[in-house]
Amino acid sequence: MVALARAEPTALDSTGASLTVENVSHAFDIDGAVLPVLDDVSFEARPGEFVALLGPSGCGKSTLLRLVAGLEPPRSGVLREDGNAIIGPFPSRVVVFQDPTLFPWRTVWHNVALGLEAQGILKAQRHRVDAAIELVGLSAFRNAYPHQLSGGMAQRVSLARALVNDPKILVLDEPLGKLDSLTRIAMQTEILSLWQRTGFTALLVTHDVEEAVFLANRVIVFSDRPARIKADIAVDRPYPRHRGDPYLADLRRNILGLLGLDATW
Amino acid sequence: MSTYSASKTVAIAQSAEEGAALSGRSLSLPVSFPSGGIGVFASLAWLAFGVSCLWWPDIGDWPRTSAIAAAAFVLSGIIFVATVAGSRLGRFDAGLQRRAPWLLALALFLTLWEVATAKFAWLPLPFFPPPQSIIEVYTDDLPKLLDSVLASVKLQLGGYAIGAAVGFLTGVSIGWSRGVGYWVHPVLRFIGPLPATAWLPIAFFTFPSSWSASTFLIALATGFPVTVLTWSGVASVSNAYYDVARTLGAKPSFLVLKVAIPAALPHVFVGLFMGLGSSFAVLVVAEMIGVKAGLGWYLQWAQGWAAYANMYAALIVMSLLCSGAITLLFRARDHLLVWQKGVVKW
Repeated sequence: MVALARAEPTALDSTGASLTVENVSHAFDIDGAVLPVLDDVSFEARPGEFVALLGPSGCGKSTLLRLVAGLEPPRSGVLREDGNAIIGPFPSRVVVFQDPTLFPWRTVWHNVALGLEAQGILKAQRHRVDAAIELVGLSAFRNAYPHQLSGGMAQRVSLARALVNDPKILVLDEPLGKLDSLTRIAMQTEILSLWQRTGFTALLVTHDVEEAVFLANRVIVFSDRPARIKADIAVDRPYPRHRGDPYLADLRRNILGLLGLDATW
Repeated sequence: MSTYSASKTVAIAQSAEEGAALSGRSLSLPVSFPSGGIGVFASLAWLAFGVSCLWWPDIGDWPRTSAIAAAAFVLSGIIFVATVAGSRLGRFDAGLQRRAPWLLALALFLTLWEVATAKFAWLPLPFFPPPQSIIEVYTDDLPKLLDSVLASVKLQLGGYAIGAAVGFLTGVSIGWSRGVGYWVHPVLRFIGPLPATAWLPIAFFTFPSSWSASTFLIALATGFPVTVLTWSGVASVSNAYYDVARTLGAKPSFLVLKVAIPAALPHVFVGLFMGLGSSFAVLVVAEMIGVKAGLGWYLQWAQGWAAYANMYAALIVMSLLCSGAITLLFRARDHLLVWQKGVVKW
């Protein structure tokens, strides 16, 4: 494992929470058979850090995110936010899923307002909804319905819907996985600037090694299912980063090697 | 026989055209002809209907013959003027243009009906009354007909509202809660598929009044499809929506009211439409058998007196009411499910 780089300030004004994953194991019951998906996973993300989780498809990364979100309890082990055990969903930890999953019966504005409405504070905080929509640059579409948006716009709305809650930990479950490559590059930059402006702790699951090394302070590489941590790599590079940076290209080659894909290089 | 009538109709149409040509307005006719062509034919067809009423003598005693002829002439004139005036009438003209083919078809149908019944009795009387005798029902038997309409609407509205509300609540409960589903599902399985009319004999002696019995039956006929479709709608809501709402801090009440119900609403409306259809059937049967009021009862009564014109008159009113109710429900759906426009084909 590579030691954490301490010198790099993660974000200007850190409001993120720390996330601790202690000896977490998880399994599913499928037709009576127990299918282990996470095997004694432990790591810690410092407040405001951007951590990318990489691993082969179906290795259990997304399951880990569901545990972080509190949507499911782990079979064993503990997850902590700022030292407090995570026992259920809470709006300080918001998930952006691979599909935008916007509610089709709500306009953009009302989709973004969802979190505040669910917490019963929408009436007093309407300006936060406007601000979040402004933040992702969709003010002109505030009254549009989801079916009128492109894939990239829909994912931006789902980002705004997460950010309006001022999350301390933003959980990104392959949020750009279904976008075309141009939109994906634009959105990567956008996510980065949102992270730098607001200072949340980010946990990103992705298949895209280039995306991981371009965005994250740290890349955690998982093994095949059941997922174990294979490597914890610091990306010691200041922002803004350059996609053609030879350091990042080297790192990318190393990580692909860890994933068993060095033959392609 | 049919060739004969066809040539007659053509002759009438020709004479009507000559009449129109003489009226002087025809000077502007070629100008508006391309857009209003069918309008002119519709006008002529209504003229033909009026003429067909007066040309031959009635073979029976129907006092409204000249009245409907006059009405046909007036309508013919209105259509003609409106067609010639064209776009100067704005939206009225656009509506007329759109309906002109139907106006034409309707007039042709009425002409044929008039000739086949009142003039030559090709269709046997009294089973096939002419148009004027049906008009006579609307003018002479209006109070009784209105009372029947009112009674039917009251019964239908009450039963449908109760059935829809109970069905919706039951559907949401069994879709949401396993416990409720465990108890209600088998009951629904057992009772639901039974036609509501099968309850008729029991309902009429267990309920204190025939009105409450009919309300119960209509509610039952409405409630079953609404329950089943609401239930399946709630049960088919994607878990992803619940996950999103839960991570954003939603409590269970929010998940039901703001996630499950809006997502299930398209299904609910399918149930409401199905319920409306089956409740009409129950309404008419209940009125024919138990309740001594309403359009179903009126139909029964008219048949008893061999008043066939009254039957047709009541049938037309009934069909207008039913299609009006469906239209209202469509409007409500369009209003509530405006977000579906562009997602699904309407």
